[in-house]
Amino acid sequence: MAKVTIDDVTIEVPDGTTILQAARMIGGDLVPPAMCYYSKLKTSGGYCRTCIVKVEQGSAKDPRPMPKPVASCRTTVMDGMVVRNITSPEVLEARSGVVEFLLINHPLDCPVCDQAGECHLQDLAYEHGKEETRYEFERREFEQIDIGDKVQLHMNRCILCYRCVKVADQLTDGRVHGVLNRGDVAEISTYIQNSIENDFSGNVIDVCPVGALTDKTFRFKSRVWYTKPVDAHRDCPHCTGKVRLWYKGDDVLRVTARKDKYGEVEEWICNECRFDKKTTSDWVIEGPSKVDRHSVISANHYENLRVLKATIDRQKKALPHGEKVNLGQGALDPNNIHGK
Amino acid sequence: MPLTNRSEVVQPSELSWSERLYLPAILKGMFITFTHLFKRTPTVKYPEQKRDIAPVYRGQHVLKRDDAGAERCTACGLCAVACPAEAITMESAERNKGEESLYREEKYAKIYEINMLRCIFCGLCEEACPKEAIFLTDRIVPTTFNRGEFIYGKDKLVETLEERIDVSDRQRPEVLKFKEDKKHKHNKTFLDKTTTAKRGH
Repeated sequence: MAKVTIDDVTIEVPDGTTILQAARMIGGDLVPPAMCYYSKLKTSGGYCRTCIVKVEQGSAKDPRPMPKPVASCRTTVMDGMVVRNITSPEVLEARSGVVEFLLINHPLDCPVCDQAGECHLQDLAYEHGKEETRYEFERREFEQIDIGDKVQLHMNRCILCYRCVKVADQLTDGRVHGVLNRGDVAEISTYIQNSIENDFSGNVIDVCPVGALTDKTFRFKSRVWYTKPVDAHRDCPHCTGKVRLWYKGDDVLRVTARKDKYGEVEEWICNECRFDKKTTSDWVIEGPSKVDRHSVISANHYENLRVLKATIDRQKKALPHGEKVNLGQGALDPNNIHGK
Repeated sequence: MPLTNRSEVVQPSELSWSERLYLPAILKGMFITFTHLFKRTPTVKYPEQKRDIAPVYRGQHVLKRDDAGAERCTACGLCAVACPAEAITMESAERNKGEESLYREEKYAKIYEINMLRCIFCGLCEEACPKEAIFLTDRIVPTTFNRGEFIYGKDKLVETLEERIDVSDRQRPEVLKFKEDKKHKHNKTFLDKTTTAKRGH
């Protein structure tokens, strides 16, 4: 066990834990933001540098500070380590520099981008970035390439976090895409215009922190904040079938995996659930998803969703233990979900 | 049951003899009406005569086109989310090849509707718009007899190429100056892009 102090909060964590994981164990606003680290993907992290923190004291045995900010997702804790994140102006300054670098080539096409509203880079830039860019040159641009009829790739928006590559490596067999070229011209691509076809390849959409990989079946259908998220499940032969449905009116516009407060999926879902099951009757609806109060997605009406939730809770109480509440077919009137 | 303990039952008092005649009251009323003949009229005869309105008056909306005539709106939905009266709805579509001179960006508004009966003309849509597409103008929304006609679609909102609507009064000098600067990609029209491409940049 190692005792580590992050922003004056002390916690004891097992050896080998990274600073970022230790911060997440504490929780709250001292958790460094992360664009490339993904707790569900092995060897992720270490690319984007948004999670940098200052180590004031290396360990109890060697109390010297580390010479420069370190990536908290890749640095393991030592006993007696003292870390500063939001209480260090130096870290905040360095992080805003990192955001500026990430935005150098990122096109500001949020009004067009389907990810807008649930984009991690948007949140990061809003919280840590500067108002203006100092970059005067043309942004890097790639030719649009087609990687299949399910996933849309916008290479211009990519920040090269490698999350989708890790998904392809660790989740799917027969990976067909990766990072080609190096440096400024590095790009996510498939080898000779191959299309991505695999049962779990749709998860690259969920792990993408920006709008580089988006759902082609949802393309330009609606802005994220006009759709209402509802948790649902089904018996799926490939995955757990626990998903989030995004409703607009009576239509399921999009199916995604459920995401936790760090924007990471709770359970991977298969392509059948994601792309092919888009009617209410395919799903057993569990209730409205919890949306962060400050999220733009909650900038809509939830009165009737609350009523629906209350109904489900009441039914749960009335039913004997272990019985599932099925509001899937008939019982659920989608009109009641959308604040009509 | 009374809602508060401050309510009073009004008892009309008995009218006096002169009050029961009603004549003094009628004469008083007629006198007041008569004096108004010599006062300044506060109203104008509207369609013939128009009142001066401020240059930044917030009337009927316009969806602007850029200098080359392409629609600026990209259906980002920020106006609709900013709208306190929820008067704006839209549906987006993807621009096809060959439509670059019609729509500025790869996404455009297929349907864009403002319900003028719901609209409170607060101008928040104009403020929210990141593409300088929607502006309120000094035009007044005409009345009709039919509720349906107050839902303005793109046919009424988008300015025509022949009849451009000038909104430069509504923009600060800094904004206008920024828009002149073709260095920013945002300010480039389709024509600018094609000419620079020809030059071999």
